[in-house]
Amino acid sequence: MAARSGSMRRYLLQRLALVVPMVWVLVTLVFLLMRVAPGDPVSAALGGRLSPAALAARRHAAGFDKPLVVQYGEYLRDVVTLNFGQTLTDNRPVREVLIDNGGATLTLTLAALIVAFAVGLPLGRRAGRHRDTPPDVGIRLFGIITYAAPVFFLGLILQLVFGVFLDWLPTSDQAGPVVQAEVPTRTHILLLDALLAGQWNSFVDVLRHLILPAVTLGLLLAGVLIRLVRVNLIQTLRSDYVEAARARGIRESDVVGRHAFRNALVPVVTVMGLQIALLLGGAVLTEETFNWPGIGSQLVNYLNERDYTAVQGIITVFAVAVVVVSLLIDVVSAVVDPRVRY
Amino acid sequence: MSADRDRPPEPEDAPPADSRSESSARTSTELLAVRDLRIWYGTDRGPVRAVDRVSLDLAPGQALGLVGESGCGKSTLGRGLLGMLPPAAATDGEIRFQGRNLIGMSPARLRSLHGPAHGMIFQEPLTRLDPLMRVSEHFEETLHTHQPDLTRDEARHRALSALRGMGIPPTRYRSYPHEFSGGMRQRIMIALTLVLRPAFVVADEPTTALDVLVEAQIVRILADLRRNFATALLLITHNLGIVAESCDRVAVMYAGRIVEEGDVRQVFGAPAHPYTRELLASTISLATTELHYIPGAPPDLVDPPPGCRFHPRCPEAMRVCPARDPVDVEVDVGHRAACWLHGPESLVPPGMDARLTQGAIGVADEA
Ligand SMILES: Nc1ncnc2c1ncn2[C@@H]1O[C@H](COP(=O)(O)OP(=O)(O)OP(=O)(O)O)[C@@H](O)[C@H]1O
Ligand code: SF4
Ligand SMILES: [Mg+2]
Repeated sequence: MAARSGSMRRYLLQRLALVVPMVWVLVTLVFLLMRVAPGDPVSAALGGRLSPAALAARRHAAGFDKPLVVQYGEYLRDVVTLNFGQTLTDNRPVREVLIDNGGATLTLTLAALIVAFAVGLPLGRRAGRHRDTPPDVGIRLFGIITYAAPVFFLGLILQLVFGVFLDWLPTSDQAGPVVQAEVPTRTHILLLDALLAGQWNSFVDVLRHLILPAVTLGLLLAGVLIRLVRVNLIQTLRSDYVEAARARGIRESDVVGRHAFRNALVPVVTVMGLQIALLLGGAVLTEETFNWPGIGSQLVNYLNERDYTAVQGIITVFAVAVVVVSLLIDVVSAVVDPRVRY
Repeated sequence: MSADRDRPPEPEDAPPADSRSESSARTSTELLAVRDLRIWYGTDRGPVRAVDRVSLDLAPGQALGLVGESGCGKSTLGRGLLGMLPPAAATDGEIRFQGRNLIGMSPARLRSLHGPAHGMIFQEPLTRLDPLMRVSEHFEETLHTHQPDLTRDEARHRALSALRGMGIPPTRYRSYPHEFSGGMRQRIMIALTLVLRPAFVVADEPTTALDVLVEAQIVRILADLRRNFATALLLITHNLGIVAESCDRVAVMYAGRIVEEGDVRQVFGAPAHPYTRELLASTISLATTELHYIPGAPPDLVDPPPGCRFHPRCPEAMRVCPARDPVDVEVDVGHRAACWLHGPESLVPPGMDARLTQGAIGVADEA
């Protein structure tokens, strides 16, 4: 036992040590991409709105008149200190934008993940187990449609059906205006703040607002998940250890659930970790569609305004999120699969 | 095991089912009595007749070796006896196991036999244990499925003593499969099969994937089986030495049929069937200086040669061989062979016992 937990600790340390170079590579990429655009960012964002003197002052404040190497060094310092400077257009600290809107994005992505797993795991399992039967064909079709349908289109349909025709659920924003005003901000996660303040009705209101965006984004991921689980389950159902378990007379429900399904989930964990980019991309589009006040919709706003400082800060946070999630996924894999730890 | 699949065409000169040697009509002491078993796989090219009218008997505690070239249907027969065929396979005939016919038995009843009544040991020990489960969990799951009343302690005790019997120390009980070598994993698989004390075990090339030293160890374990557990064993292997060492009887299979069967010493000492003789001659021994091999290859089981399946490769083929299916003849007590060299003379038309030459084979095939 001691040896095993020791090797687990060593594995985690190795994995943690990798985080630094991974973040470094990603943020460097972000920095380079942001400089590839021609012209200087300040005039792009504010040209024509400010006097040349004011522009130059802003440029100087943002450091765009310094050599690239110096800018890069300052950028790295910003990343380490988590201080991404002031936005160019509305002159807010980027960090404030991230904090104010990050909670909404976190709420949305986590809720979407819950939807994705709640829909994708049972459907993928069913399709894989009863391969080529009518339910399998139906489930596969469902998975392809939810994956291939553009987010705004799926969102629009849900808005029309559940918001307009049935009038069951709100289709815009994170909460009603009264709730937004009444819930005291503590964690910047509105759902949690409502709960902490003991405002049960506000909590329900936020939850109702969350359903349609979470389902929209969740179904996008569920499509991927269904396919993954199905393919892997078909494979593990044919595996040697499944046949051996049947030869020992293990009940079919246990053969599927305990042996085949569990083994099918091992690669699913890894591949779903790689879908974090899809999740973040989908979150941006979902936030746009549902007017959800997350950093995704802020990113779109600042992109339209050509506010490079804000965009760079937000994308950097996305990049760090990708690295952190991939670390988490590796930890989960190590817990699930004993072979990874060696 | 769907029985509604296309039947393979019945050969016109098929002998009536009851013309088999009388010696195989055994009493109720038999554990396993197989009669006219046929197994075929539905494929695009037509039915693959992997097992073609096989009959055999196995007594409790007896070890039967099953040998023959690759593709002659050994694995199919072994799996068929356990009701563990893939969905593409169809069966016909009779497999009487402990008095009940397995053919036509409901899947649920068949499953209730898997484990406590019979078990299987496979060729690939590395992939037969669930990589996510500890060895202990394999045993607990198996014992709990078939003996739900067993307490955790009792199950643990049973598992540890089965493992100890295979030389796996109790300290390794809670390890994962990947922490063991191939030989150890095969011994764990054997322990996992024997912990339920089945009456019958099929071992399909259990040592092929292992090195020679480990092989010797496994062979010793299998040889001990019948003594210590009264477990009957069907041992499928290419290695005739292993059969000689660990089996009481041997069955030689060619192109879906058992061509010779009997006591190991009788069959290996005085082989009655030309195929057995060729097989024995191709085994490397210290006495031989060059490697003997049987010319040609085993036939395509979609369209096997008529009459004796071996006649295109048989050095002693006669004119009757391609024309008629040979019947089982008892060449000695408890030793049977299906070859026209041993008659019965009454079934060989006059003049048909002349040697078949290369040219004559073509003509006979046409006929
Ligand atoms: N699932 C299947 N579908 C179609 N044909 C099959 C299937 N399994 C086996 N066969 C065919 O049945 C015949 C007998 O195969 P089997 O595996 O029983 O032979 P074997 O004697 O065990 O050979 P080996 O010594 O190589 O293991 C072969 O011609 C093989 O191609
Ligand atoms: S029946 Fe004829 S062909 Fe077949 S083994 Fe005997 S002699 Fe050879
Ligand atoms: Mg085989």
